[in-house]
Amino acid sequence: MPPDHDLDDYVDPYSPGHRHGGPLRVGLGGPVGSGKTALAAALCRTLSSEYDLAVVTNDIYTTEDADFLRRNAVLPDDRIEAVQTGCCPHTAIRDDITANLDAVELLESRHPGLELVLVESGGDNLTASFSYGLVDVQVFVVDVAGGDKVPRKGGPGVTASDLLVVNKTDLAPLVGADLGVMRRDADAVRGGKPTLLISLRVDPAATEVAEWVREQVRARALQEA
Amino acid sequence: MTAALLTLADSRLPAGGHTHSGGVEQAIAAGMLTDPASLAPFLRRRLTTSGAVAAGLAAAACRAVDDTDVVAALSALDAEADARTPSPALRDAARQQGRGLVRVGGRAWPHPAWAALPAQPHHPLALGVAAAAGGLTPRDAAAAAAYLSVSGPATAAQRLLAMDPITVAAVTARLSPEVDAVAAASTVGLPAAADPLLDLLAEVHTVRTDRFFAS
Repeated sequence: MPPDHDLDDYVDPYSPGHRHGGPLRVGLGGPVGSGKTALAAALCRTLSSEYDLAVVTNDIYTTEDADFLRRNAVLPDDRIEAVQTGCCPHTAIRDDITANLDAVELLESRHPGLELVLVESGGDNLTASFSYGLVDVQVFVVDVAGGDKVPRKGGPGVTASDLLVVNKTDLAPLVGADLGVMRRDADAVRGGKPTLLISLRVDPAATEVAEWVREQVRARALQEA
Repeated sequence: MTAALLTLADSRLPAGGHTHSGGVEQAIAAGMLTDPASLAPFLRRRLTTSGAVAAGLAAAACRAVDDTDVVAALSALDAEADARTPSPALRDAARQQGRGLVRVGGRAWPHPAWAALPAQPHHPLALGVAAAAGGLTPRDAAAAAAYLSVSGPATAAQRLLAMDPITVAAVTARLSPEVDAVAAASTVGLPAAADPLLDLLAEVHTVRTDRFFAS
């Protein structure tokens, strides 16, 4: 006998802000080499004195990014969890988020006061995006050296992410990229959602991105109040 | 009823199975698995050892849902699963996958028996409870376990060796009669087929830092 249930009972009145009472989960996605790990490290350095925070990494090899963070982020080992993605980094952040949820829950149980979790995806392509079952908000990181056509090409990361970060603006003159074109193309496809053009080399604190994250934490606190 | 079984055995069910290779990643590293010709015997070996054990446990867990003391029955089966899994790495992998299935299964097929499972149960136990909760039989639970014991590793091999997906699908499909036979035979009693090679592969694999899969 199939269980007696009404389908509607099991469709959660889902909204990211009401998922649970835990920390804000921020996804950091984007193509290989765009600066996701560098951004995660920068955010850890800038925000770890303000928030109880932790990081989940999804590198192709388990510990590469985690090791980088340990060296660069002034974050203790027990605040960094690395997950294996079975050769499919994209699946692990969108289609089957089990391994990442396990990692987030492990960090939450280890640090009950956790306020912020950064989930860094493995380097993927322009169609990569996080499931909102895993994160509350997501940042998509592209870089100037990848070509100034990237914002125009679109894809879910560019068009639908809550924040688009165009990194390595210091390289623009060297690779012949037009930052104005990137800004205009991004604005054209993002429906008013913010885009930040930054250089982590020039500003290792990722000041603007950190401020955006602070706004998300505040917004979530207001939602839950 | 069939649809529930198809859902349970579907590799797209988000229970975390895609991050486990069932020993395939290490078998490839050790040079034992190189192509479709060596994939088939690897899958058959896995099916008749850990697959049979998983099928037996899944069927028993499905039956245990009707036990007067479900908590005790499932707890005893969890201990039986530990006893049949000498490799600590494989125990961890089984519990990791069990936890993943509890997460999605509990939402997909609500049932009091989920609460009777131990925390992070072995995967076959979660499979048995999911089957019962979905209105399926112990035989169905065994079928899902037996099938999953080959489908996950087959996909892992395809990814790691960039094999032709059609060939891999054919290899898996041709094992169907054997999968059915293992499921049928495992529904009675609790098989205890051991495979020291799979245990060893798992132990060597778990300490590697350059791995794509959790197991």
